[in-house]
Amino acid sequence: MPVFYGTEVASPLMLGTAQYPSPAIMAEAFRAARAGIATVSLRREGGEGQDFHRLIKELGIPVLPNTAGCHSVREAVTTAQMARELFETPWIKLEVIRDDDTLCPDVIALVEAARLLSEDGFQVFPYCTEDLSVCGRLLDAGCQVLMPWGAPIGSGRGLNNPYGLRSLRAHFPDVPLVVDAGIGLPSHAAQAMELGYDAVLLNTAVAKAGDPVAMARAMALAIEAGQLAHGANPIEARDMAAPSTPLFGMAVLA
Amino acid sequence: MKITLNGAARDLTGPTVQDALAEIGLGAAKVATALNGAFLPAAARPATTLKDGDALEVVAPMQGG
Repeated sequence: MPVFYGTEVASPLMLGTAQYPSPAIMAEAFRAARAGIATVSLRREGGEGQDFHRLIKELGIPVLPNTAGCHSVREAVTTAQMARELFETPWIKLEVIRDDDTLCPDVIALVEAARLLSEDGFQVFPYCTEDLSVCGRLLDAGCQVLMPWGAPIGSGRGLNNPYGLRSLRAHFPDVPLVVDAGIGLPSHAAQAMELGYDAVLLNTAVAKAGDPVAMARAMALAIEAGQLAHGANPIEARDMAAPSTPLFGMAVLA
Repeated sequence: MKITLNGAARDLTGPTVQDALAEIGLGAAKVATALNGAFLPAAARPATTLKDGDALEVVAPMQGG
């Protein structure tokens, strides 16, 4: 099971808490997924926050607050500070967004915010691109986990750049790596795990499915399958056929 | 004093942030605060006095991905 900053979590499936048809369905989806971590956010208190906090506590799993929607270092750092006090955790899923159409991270600001937060004792989970140099800079800044996107948040496109994600895995064999965002189908999640990733973080694919509880279970099974497959050392793909049934001993009938 | 609370103009008695939270019914709520864009820890609220023009953000746990 994945270990983040010295804490082993119970499952490689990290699940978001947004966009479910109801709080009850959200809680049921978490149980079906046996998710290891729940991601949450901070928003202006309009009266729902207190009930939601109770619901999250009842899930009984570690909480990873995010800085979703932040576009600057200052916003992200302030949000992280508020999240640390509210959720009583040094963990922060650091998002600093550059472009609203793609929700592409501002990787320059991300590195700067990661450095400031790491120096302040935070344990940063950066939502980043799969760029090797950016990921290297994030590690230099103090991050001990990397969370490259599979595809833009909520797009459901799966892994846009399997080559880049595989390259990142090979480049940082000892760093916990999480594919965060872009997952649409269980096969996408399985693919991430087959590449040797430590975990998958998803939300929309489950919450917006017609049956979120069934999809949560499907994701959990796919992630387990992908993880087992990676550990089983899969065969290399090849261009030409290789008969699996032995040719020796075949009767001559022609 | 006239402040901006979560983006809306409010006229509150105060004088401290702790008093302001009680005034809007969040005295005992699990919330985090930022004053003029900077984090204001819960422990500092009773000793932090509001003044005209301040911008106070009061946030709570919410759904997130």
